[in-house]
Amino acid sequence: MHELSITRSVVETILERTGETKVLDVSLEIGKLSGVVADSVRFCFELVCAGTPLEGAALHISEPGGRAHCRTCGEEFTMDDLIPLCPCGSADIEMLTGRELRITSVEVV
Amino acid sequence: MCGTCGCDSGAGEVEHSHTVTLEQDVLAKNDGLAGRNRDWLAHHGLFAVNLMSSPGAGKTTLLERTITELGGPVAVIEGDQETVLDADRIKATGAAVTQVNTGAGCHLDASMVARALDTLHPAAGTTVFIENVGNLVCPALFDLGEHTRAVVASVTEGADKPLKYPHMFTTADVVLLNKIDLLSYVDFELAAFERDVHVVNPAARVLPLSATRGDGLADWYSWLSASRPRQPVPG
Repeated sequence: MHELSITRSVVETILERTGETKVLDVSLEIGKLSGVVADSVRFCFELVCAGTPLEGAALHISEPGGRAHCRTCGEEFTMDDLIPLCPCGSADIEMLTGRELRITSVEVV
Repeated sequence: MCGTCGCDSGAGEVEHSHTVTLEQDVLAKNDGLAGRNRDWLAHHGLFAVNLMSSPGAGKTTLLERTITELGGPVAVIEGDQETVLDADRIKATGAAVTQVNTGAGCHLDASMVARALDTLHPAAGTTVFIENVGNLVCPALFDLGEHTRAVVASVTEGADKPLKYPHMFTTADVVLLNKIDLLSYVDFELAAFERDVHVVNPAARVLPLSATRGDGLADWYSWLSASRPRQPVPG
């Protein structure tokens, strides 16, 4: 359950930027292939925020799917899992989206 | 006037919400600390291996034998949720060891490793093995500052693990398939395992071995020797 420490990192990172300012809203990006389960982060969020200026903040998570670029055929394709395989048969690919694990913005008072 | 952004709302001292753009990677803090560990290791002429597996795959047994047979100074950072059982086993080999108990935590992170390195303070030329918490999921995401990642799998776990736990196998530089002395007792297709490791990670080496009987260990020691960075001039 690394989502608990991931969620702690989220809250600590935000607090470093916002200090004592009340935070109303947090927006995260958690890619579908990032290895972090968005639902588990939602579960931990309220717990980790308790007693901080983030207490009661709303949490919005966008979950980009996997997209990759094939260096062999030059096409872009969808990745539903971590297997690096282009429909053309090449494994020489570059992931474009799906591994995001990012705090995009917060709304403060 | 608004005390936060200076706008003139015309209603005296009022507060209104506004958006602060962060665009910050959640793991940036850990990755930054891992980078510092990597610099520290290089500066002190050390080679660090992050050893990961599910519980019971044989990491500690492999380390006991490796310490005895590898030659040269070895230090070990032992990660477990509780107990010093593994640290005691390593201590019995004569290697320097420090135990990190993560409590409820399911993985080591870069700050834990930084503290452990500070405790051990290994001499130049030492190979530092970081035995991560037995877990085939969580440790994969956390860079510790290691030079190389070794994932230990064992034939008793079944050959389907690379596809079931792709995050772990994707990050491996080498996959050590342990307990091959038990191959005749279990339903394990070695070729299928190797194929599936390469499906998720075409670049990973697969080294079948038995930490108890000794099969394949020479290949592991050769791999370690080849992966060791050239000794920098301490300074």
